[in-house]
Amino acid sequence: MALFLEQVLNGLQLGVTLFLLAAGLTLVFGIMGIINLAHGSLYMTGAFAAAWVAAETGSALLALPAGLAAAGLAGMAMEALVLRRLYGRDHLDQVLATFGLILFFNQGMVLLFGRQPLLVEIPPALRGTVELLPGLPYPVYRLAIILVGLAVALGLYVLIRHTRTGMLVRAGATHREMVRALGVDVRLLYTLVFGLGALLAGLAGLMAGPLFSVQIGMGEQILILTFVVTVIGGVGSVRGALAGALLVGLADTLARAYLPALLRGWMQGPDADALAAGLAAMSVYALMAVILLWRPRGLFPAHA
Amino acid sequence: MRERLVALAALLAALALPWIAEAAGSPASIGLATRMAIYALAAASLNLALGFGGMVSFGHAAFYGIGGYAVGILYAHWSWQEPLLGLIPGSVSLAATLLAAMAAGGVAAAAIGALSLRTGGVSFIMITLAFAQMVFFLFVSLKAYGGDDGLSIRRRGELPGLDLRDPAQLYWLCLGLLLAWLLLLRRVTRARFGQVLSAARQNERRVVALGISPYPYRLVAFILSGMGTALAGALMANATRFVSTDMLHWTKSGELMVMVILGGAGTLMGPVLGAVALVGLEYGLAGLTEHWQFILGPLLVLVVIFARGGLMAALRRLRLA
Repeated sequence: MALFLEQVLNGLQLGVTLFLLAAGLTLVFGIMGIINLAHGSLYMTGAFAAAWVAAETGSALLALPAGLAAAGLAGMAMEALVLRRLYGRDHLDQVLATFGLILFFNQGMVLLFGRQPLLVEIPPALRGTVELLPGLPYPVYRLAIILVGLAVALGLYVLIRHTRTGMLVRAGATHREMVRALGVDVRLLYTLVFGLGALLAGLAGLMAGPLFSVQIGMGEQILILTFVVTVIGGVGSVRGALAGALLVGLADTLARAYLPALLRGWMQGPDADALAAGLAAMSVYALMAVILLWRPRGLFPAHA
Repeated sequence: MRERLVALAALLAALALPWIAEAAGSPASIGLATRMAIYALAAASLNLALGFGGMVSFGHAAFYGIGGYAVGILYAHWSWQEPLLGLIPGSVSLAATLLAAMAAGGVAAAAIGALSLRTGGVSFIMITLAFAQMVFFLFVSLKAYGGDDGLSIRRRGELPGLDLRDPAQLYWLCLGLLLAWLLLLRRVTRARFGQVLSAARQNERRVVALGISPYPYRLVAFILSGMGTALAGALMANATRFVSTDMLHWTKSGELMVMVILGGAGTLMGPVLGAVALVGLEYGLAGLTEHWQFILGPLLVLVVIFARGGLMAALRRLRLA
């Protein structure tokens, strides 16, 4: 039981990381109509900047704003120089241009930091474990990620449901043309939304640093899962992104934890492990395929 | 008239390339040209779905890899002397393995297409990606066929009268199959079938109002597209004598898409141009610097922003100017 709860918490932790990325991606798509393959590059940028500052200064307090600033600035530059010219263009053009951006960012990081993965230590204040229930110790750092993620989700909910900006964001997601026709400064709104998405991606990246190694290509690995989340939740819906992220995080983690034992019941050890790893990796995509066939527009379609 | 002359000259140059390469003292460029021809075949196939049919598939690496693995798996069973699933004997016959690859690609495309075509738009992009990822992880976990490490093929396909160990003959085989496939695509897209396919892309409602259901047309186009891509994968397996899950990786789908868009989606020769340009650029830039992607990336962005419609459109504009 303790093991199961621990796996559920691990699933939640992956889920909120995915949510931070998916929230930005889904807003950018829902409001600006842009498919941004380079969203993962912002995640990578945040992770690298934070890891570098932490290694140079030894201070996690400085690494946090550094990671956020790097991702935010990279995102704003990306929007102003490239994506702004692609609004209203065919999705194919956006895919090609942002694929080019991925190559640029990955190779740029190689030029700046080399090919060696950077190792990041957990800040001293967040080391160790905490006993959540009797017999259930859990790493403080992972718990902190879950809490930060949930806090961001709550903050986004308040921002989108209860502020004027949020009202425009919602209106932009469902009736883009009408918002423009009513005289709203759409360009400013777009830049704000994109900057917010970039900040959240950077936050996800810098928090993931101590758990996974910070390396070239880390953005694409998680980007694909983020797309799965976005599509499952319904493109353009932040609520859907949260639901999808938690679903994907839990499915992936639980499948990885329990499939090997299940398969070992009727197969040889190493073969079972290899097949279970494959099936576990496939489980998320199978989940997405089933949900899309059942509800082609995702769980919470924004353009209802 | 001028267009035909240019096409004829390009064709002759392509046919004579092995001799030119020998004479110029760079036999290695035959291998490069072979890669270009193979990628052109894959990109032209993807274009049937993406450009003509408007089905933006982000999962064509699945068919490409399945084609490659068909050759690899048949070779493996041939060398182990044990039939696949106890039924299908292994083989190194070129005709048999290429046909098997196309059949496997077609079956996979039928299954994936039948399900994916129930959605549309962004969902279609993502669901094809999801299926391709499933195929990718399936082959990663199949330890019998090498898993992560891939599968070496110690013998190229055998066909009486053809020696594929000679790079020039392998090149001519790939070029010939590319030309045959392009001719087929030309016929298909100009026939009633292709007209309906294009019409459904441009205005689905009207097609439906005319009493035609787009679904079967799209599905058949998707299957054809998968078969051509699998053929390209099978040829690549013969050229490199190695298959691995790299062929199934999602970046391969992205690369094929880039070729189509770079050359010009929805044109017959666009994807061929795109494949030649991308493979050539990669090769040329990689010769200049290790960090060639740092240059290629912004170049792609510039092409999108300033050369709408890809290289084909740029060529047309040049001719008008």
